[in-house]
Amino acid sequence: MRARGLGARYRRDRALRDCSFEVAPGGVTALVGANGAGKSTLLKLAAGLLRPTEGVLEVRGEVGFVAQEKPLYRGFTVAEMLEYGRRANPRWDDRYARDLVDRAGLPRDRRTGRLSGGQRASLSLVLALARRPDVLLLDEPLAEMDPVAREDAVRWVMLAVEETGVAVLLSSHVVADLDGVCDRLLALDRGEVRLDGPVEDLVDGHRLVVAPRDTDLGAHEVIQERAGERQLTALVRLRGPLELPDDQVTTPNLDELVVAYLRRGRAAVAA
Amino acid sequence: MIEFRIDRRSGVATYLQLVQQVKHALRLGLVGPGDRLPTAREVVEQTAINPNTVLKAYRELEREGLVEPRPGLGTFVRRSLVTPGVAEDSPLRGDLLEWLDRAQGLGMGREDVEALFRSVLDQRFRS
Repeated sequence: MRARGLGARYRRDRALRDCSFEVAPGGVTALVGANGAGKSTLLKLAAGLLRPTEGVLEVRGEVGFVAQEKPLYRGFTVAEMLEYGRRANPRWDDRYARDLVDRAGLPRDRRTGRLSGGQRASLSLVLALARRPDVLLLDEPLAEMDPVAREDAVRWVMLAVEETGVAVLLSSHVVADLDGVCDRLLALDRGEVRLDGPVEDLVDGHRLVVAPRDTDLGAHEVIQERAGERQLTALVRLRGPLELPDDQVTTPNLDELVVAYLRRGRAAVAA
Repeated sequence: MIEFRIDRRSGVATYLQLVQQVKHALRLGLVGPGDRLPTAREVVEQTAINPNTVLKAYRELEREGLVEPRPGLGTFVRRSLVTPGVAEDSPLRGDLLEWLDRAQGLGMGREDVEALFRSVLDQRFRS
């Protein structure tokens, strides 16, 4: 999947502006950002449910999409949803679908309208996975799940990546859930890309500095800083080696990195 | 076989956690030459992490000469990291226990000991 200068506008509102990125087969890209940042719009564009008003978006292969609302036919039972999936999709993997439904503990004879939010989310994911897509688009797939269902869901998606090399683009606003799950990160803020790249490069390219207040951060780009009475806390993007004592420097985690960039974007808008 | 445990909030890159856990197991002699590491699929089953992360960790261990991939069979341990000092009855361990007795005698708790030890360690093994 590849986007170049992608933009979408509804009436007067611009939901997405000049977005460029790629999602490779077998890769897992996390789409992060605050509510209203444009994540759902981006996923709907990728799923072909919306048309871009600017730029291009190429998606190759079969697409599986789980929308944020997890739409299901409320009058259908779980078993009937599976049957519907089987008839509607030529690549449907019925054994796999049944296996996942059992592992998720979803009662087959329960109507989907009577499932909990977390169960509906699990069933929606099963329906998307069982189509054996080449590209899997997931909009807040974990949001309503309990911790066990959440871990199962991540495991199934990761196993699908291992088995079929499916390319995954998944949105979440809980960044900590994504450590070790995604290999690429795309952070959106107000419809624009703030941060994009392989997770490890992004993390490696930044440091969190906690040092005396008058410390000179040199040529390194300061993404976020907080000066206390005596102490300086800063997240910097490295421009060469950082000449500070080891105990003043740590590597940020993904969460800290994303929050710093999103805050910086917001400060820039406010200024 | 080695069981991995991933701490998603530790701030340590996931692949590095895998690398460190393999080395730790090698140092303690929990795995040794000829032992097979779990396949990417097995690790994903265990830990729900990205399979590419597992492959990256194994490539790093291979680069360090600790493991080797055997096509179609898996990834196998090449050499041990057990040093004599680690054994239960080694003199080094005995010295360390004596040293700890002294530290505790001075009223130092676990965190004080860790802080001191880490500081000396960092000083000595400055990278």
